[in-house]
Amino acid sequence: MKKKLLFFIGISFCIIVNAQDKPVAFKGALIYPITSKPIQNGTVIVQNGKIIAVGDASLKIPSDAVITDAKGKVIMPGIVDTHSHLGGPEGGDYSAALNPDARAFDAINPTSDGFKKALSGGLTTLNIMPGSGHLMSGQTVYVKMRQAKVMEDLIIINEKGLFGGMKMANGTNPMRGTGGFPATRAKSAAMDRDLFNKAREYKSKIDKAGKDSAKLPERDLRLEPLVEVLEGKRVVHFHTHKENDILTAIRLIKEFGFRAVLHHVSEGWKVSNEIAKAGAPCSIIVIESPGGKLEAMDYSSTNGAALSNAGVLTGFHTDDGVTDSRLLIRAAAMGVRAGMDKEKALEALTINGAKMLDLSSRIGSLEKGKDADFIILSGDPFSLYTKVEQTWVEGKKRYDITNPADKAFLVGGFKVYSTQREEYLNHDDEIGN
Amino acid sequence: MKNLNKIIIALLLTPFIAHSQTAIKAEIIYTVNGATIKNGVVLIKDGKIEMVGTAKEITIPKNYTVVSSKVVTPGFIDARSVVGLSGALNIPTDQDQLEKSSPIQPELRAIDAYNPEEKLVAYVRDFGVTTMHTGHGIGALVSGQTMVVKTKPGKIDEVTLVPMEMLAMTIGASVEGNFTSPGTKAKQIAMIRTEFLKAQAYMQKQNDKDTAKRPAIDLKYEALSKLLKGEVKALITVNSSNDIMNAIRLAKEFNFKLVIDGAAEAYRLIDEIKACKAEVILHSTMSRNAGDMVNMTRESAAILTAANIQVSIETGYEGYVPKTHVLLFEAALAVTYGLPYEEGLKSITLNPAKLLGIDKRVGSIEKGKDADLVLFDGDPFEYLTKISKVMIDGQWASKN
Repeated sequence: MKKKLLFFIGISFCIIVNAQDKPVAFKGALIYPITSKPIQNGTVIVQNGKIIAVGDASLKIPSDAVITDAKGKVIMPGIVDTHSHLGGPEGGDYSAALNPDARAFDAINPTSDGFKKALSGGLTTLNIMPGSGHLMSGQTVYVKMRQAKVMEDLIIINEKGLFGGMKMANGTNPMRGTGGFPATRAKSAAMDRDLFNKAREYKSKIDKAGKDSAKLPERDLRLEPLVEVLEGKRVVHFHTHKENDILTAIRLIKEFGFRAVLHHVSEGWKVSNEIAKAGAPCSIIVIESPGGKLEAMDYSSTNGAALSNAGVLTGFHTDDGVTDSRLLIRAAAMGVRAGMDKEKALEALTINGAKMLDLSSRIGSLEKGKDADFIILSGDPFSLYTKVEQTWVEGKKRYDITNPADKAFLVGGFKVYSTQREEYLNHDDEIGN
Repeated sequence: MKNLNKIIIALLLTPFIAHSQTAIKAEIIYTVNGATIKNGVVLIKDGKIEMVGTAKEITIPKNYTVVSSKVVTPGFIDARSVVGLSGALNIPTDQDQLEKSSPIQPELRAIDAYNPEEKLVAYVRDFGVTTMHTGHGIGALVSGQTMVVKTKPGKIDEVTLVPMEMLAMTIGASVEGNFTSPGTKAKQIAMIRTEFLKAQAYMQKQNDKDTAKRPAIDLKYEALSKLLKGEVKALITVNSSNDIMNAIRLAKEFNFKLVIDGAAEAYRLIDEIKACKAEVILHSTMSRNAGDMVNMTRESAAILTAANIQVSIETGYEGYVPKTHVLLFEAALAVTYGLPYEEGLKSITLNPAKLLGIDKRVGSIEKGKDADLVLFDGDPFEYLTKISKVMIDGQWASKN
């Protein structure tokens, strides 16, 4: 287990070392560092995949720096999508309702052209979720939109030493009623609790064994990741819509003491104070109209405003293909249209998502020492007419709207998307729920 | 006594029933069918636009209620929707847009299914849609008829503009998913051609001088006859290039009026579309690059408009979440992908009005047209602009 981790960490170091040596400076932009006040006529300097300085016009630019004039542009951190299905993550099959052993990591196509679509929308970090339609669909994957050949090129190790969370769901989504799946809400919760109790027992055996490896229980792929959940290392990403289901999720969180981000949260506005009290962050979706399924009938675009005003750590997600990766910034704009504070909406696109993935020490804001993940916009992030002009990931320009091959993924066109067809078919399972 | 009561009640109700006379002052009036007016006035009398012009030209009569707005546009017209047949709940009891008992059922009337009280009708109205071409959905070779409604509250007969507008047809993968047969593309076309030939024979027999030889009324062929006689248009949802060509070939063979709907790859077939004089209703700009629409481009509206093909943008059909798109946002996005601003407004007002044959009543701010108007506090397309009021037939209709 640890060896594997070191291997992954090794790979991410390789990438950083390979980044450009000369500093690159962007001058004259309106900069939203997110964790500090906006800077008019600001400068940001990156080198070796990291941000080395952010400041105003007086910031000293190293003499060997490659300088880009970004006057009239807006620079902000790369967008974090806390819930995506790009790349065909699959997850558990329908042989069981609880699939903690299934890893999206093993299924995703690292060369999916969906990732180029994500870059055109300014997304630099994704939480790719397996599923859905299960109580537990499997382990999620945190990825950076780097150039990739294999999955190891994409993953990002977080502050807890992991590169993913655990996807759970309640409400009607997992209620298939046959083949070992629950048919009711109470049965759903009972099955969850049963598994978590088993994981607790397993964990206590490991704890008792201490350093005596002879006393360790046999390895159990289903329970190992849940031990990480119980230890607070692996965050549960909990799909939930209705008020009662949200409160059920909170009840489970309290009983087993795990950390969870609530996802979608269509009726979050009804129980925003309860969510705030439980300290559960919310990753919300913005849809064009309520309904389409019973659980989303009371969806409200005021969700972002209601949750953030109640003090809930709030982020936005695409759930791509339910909504489009190219429209995540627009989703936040729709939140602002419905009353959300602009500053909070910018945080919701960046640092809040980073916090939800235990990645805020590396991404989510423009600060010295953080990864050089940023986007250059043609104007106000919340204007219809603004375009993402460039997307940079770890100091590398991964998307440039002036490059027709890149722009094609923003616009679409004949034979632009080739792998999408298959991946969307995979996603139909979710669409049916 | 009874009569007296009735008269009194009638008198009491009169002020409420009668249309209020309203004057709307606005910084910008997008008439759509003429010059954009700065600092203008729209006078509304008895549900109709009485006058539109600059504030200098128009004196507002004393008894008119004056409302001020930054921007006024005509009410929006959704060129193709299923709202009202397809409800937000998305459960069998509120999904009337697709009957799967047979793949060809032109006799299914939209007026027998439309629910004016559907939650989504009010929802789209609050986003400025005042007229909607709705009806049977995609997914059958001929799914049924469509109709045109005003989105105002009221009984179905009160809100219906055109009870039978077009015949809704689909050629594409979705049909094969809904029926055991057709299961292939060639079979889809063969089945349509077979029924159209039968309809031609039916029409011929109807003209038989010997009335005894005339066929009994057949609802299916009655409906198809209307298409073949040119009384209604075929609204064929086709997205891939070969399916668009299939629709064009059918229109040529059976000489019917063709509206190409969806039209994801229409940008590849500009000459062919122009040659057959087909009209185009374009898929929502936010559609996904997937399935039959894998090759869609967000620049379609701009490309087609530049090629002098008039484009109407639709919200179309969604099977899941969200159950409907918002027409205004779809046109707005098309504008950011190269569609000229005023063409963006036309794509959801005058163009669909012409396509639906209702442009004498709606689609622009002109004297004599229905007073269907949308009031904004800024640029209608901008994300953070809000719709302040919606008027249909001279009455304030939005919740705002």
